[in-house]
Amino acid sequence: MLPPILETHGLNKSFGALTVAQNINFSLEPGTFEALIGPNGAGKSTFVNLLTGLIPPTSGSVILDGQDVTALPIEARVKRGMVRTFQINTLFNSLTVAENVILALDEHHNHGWRPLPSPTLRRVIREEAYGILDRLGLAPWGNREVKSLPYGRQRLVEIAIALALRPKVLLLDEPAAGIPSTETGTIIEVLESLASDLAILIIEHDMDLVFRFAQRITVLVQGAVLARGTPDEIANNETVKSVYLGEGIHA
Amino acid sequence: MKSMSASGGAATPSGAATPSTWRGLAMGRSGGDLAIATLLGLGALATLLFGEAYWLLASQVAITMIFALSVDLLVGYAGIVTLGHAVFFGLGAYTVGIASAHLGWTEPLSGLLLAGLVAAALGGATGVLVLRTKGLGQLMLTMAFASLVYEIANRAKPLTGGADGLQGMVIAPILGLFEFDIFGLTAFLYTLAVLGVVVGLAVLMTRSPYGRSLVGIRENRVRMQAIGTNVQQRLLSIYVVSAALAGIAGALLAQTSQFVGLNVLHFSLSGEILIIVALGGAGRLWGALLGAVVFTLFKDRLSALDPAYWYFWLGLLLAVIVLFAPKGLIGLVDRLLSILQRGEVR
Repeated sequence: MLPPILETHGLNKSFGALTVAQNINFSLEPGTFEALIGPNGAGKSTFVNLLTGLIPPTSGSVILDGQDVTALPIEARVKRGMVRTFQINTLFNSLTVAENVILALDEHHNHGWRPLPSPTLRRVIREEAYGILDRLGLAPWGNREVKSLPYGRQRLVEIAIALALRPKVLLLDEPAAGIPSTETGTIIEVLESLASDLAILIIEHDMDLVFRFAQRITVLVQGAVLARGTPDEIANNETVKSVYLGEGIHA
Repeated sequence: MKSMSASGGAATPSGAATPSTWRGLAMGRSGGDLAIATLLGLGALATLLFGEAYWLLASQVAITMIFALSVDLLVGYAGIVTLGHAVFFGLGAYTVGIASAHLGWTEPLSGLLLAGLVAAALGGATGVLVLRTKGLGQLMLTMAFASLVYEIANRAKPLTGGADGLQGMVIAPILGLFEFDIFGLTAFLYTLAVLGVVVGLAVLMTRSPYGRSLVGIRENRVRMQAIGTNVQQRLLSIYVVSAALAGIAGALLAQTSQFVGLNVLHFSLSGEILIIVALGGAGRLWGALLGAVVFTLFKDRLSALDPAYWYFWLGLLLAVIVLFAPKGLIGLVDRLLSILQRGEVR
């Protein structure tokens, strides 16, 4: 098995007396599609925020690609390959779909400081952007302002921006949130088709999706890892069933 | 200009087909940009050929345009708010003034450079603090720094002349060839040339990946960080650039008028330049440039008619623009052009 691309060691986070992450030891291998589930308030988003650097841990460490990134700011972790999407669309709303992706590509290729335009470069970046949009079926909307797109399609722009950054680890915070369940399959299928050397951690409430697509599942309850395993193992785990899943769920 | 304002009042304010923010500013292919650039170019040419009575005024216009551009890069593009940008304008003016009156540094081009550097240095020092805050906090901090420097200039009478202004400035001929004349021809051409260089560089910059990243920060700071941008550094850099440009504008004023008064640091100047940017259309270079022209001419005409009450008319103009043309004069020009081209009002 490949060495993990992302690990946490004894990750803790408390706000005063409130503990939102308890000794989380986690690892994610390249090529894995893993889901993070747990009831509301279980600390899933907190965990993602600890991974990305939005909030600092009280103790413990985050290891990305073998390097300790615990002290690094958000953007430095992005540069090292840890990329996230947002639960609520966080896009450049008055720019076009293509421009959203171009901005990400510019930063990824470290062009963000170039103070002069280059038509050649722009053409290359544009082509690259449309390549990504094509994979997500967004190319026909490339010239449309993001805010004029239906919400579901905007969700795909979230993913397109993330892909432009060539992530090693992709953290997806409820990528299907806010869109009709009939359409969620499309998004997950897209995600499944992504490069096999990419590691994906997805937070998702829709258990159908999780059990259909995830290779591994981590169950988080009250800021601590309750169980980890394949969908079958999780579905048959008595503790998980009683605490979280209830009786109705079967893989 | 009159016809444009009139049509703006009559046209429906909502629903105009506007280009994406970015296409408008980064690609610069919007009809309004081209129309305004042409208009301003012709205006400058006409002034040069037929308007010798207006050469001095025209150099003031050009200086205001550079100042407005510096503020638009900051406010309109990067989304940083400031009510204290006169501090950099004034510092630039005092830099060349003091260098000339006290140190005998009378060479104009190196003086501009010096003013730009000094203003940039202050921009770097205060920017670090200003950019820790957002919105109202930024507004307050920029005002605070401007007030501090104003009072320092007021008290440092031996150096600045205090409220009497800085006397005894001499500016050497440009390149050793062109002396500043009483008709203001040299001043006009000099400021026009500097304006040309500044506008050219600014246009290139706004179309560059760097310029687009500033728009990205304005549009969504959180996402910019999530795509790997060090937002704070990027903002500080434009703050410094903007300060330098404002300093150069102030230096031009000092050089062409061979005098510096405390008003170059005054709060009302910081306010006026923000009004100009809003009037012209924030986030569009040519909007800010047009705003500077309209405002300065307006001020000149109206204050000649009625020196005491011209602010009334300014207020009225501003209210009309903000209410009926939130994208500023350049928004009106865009709309006018689309009406002319397609024969339709959308």
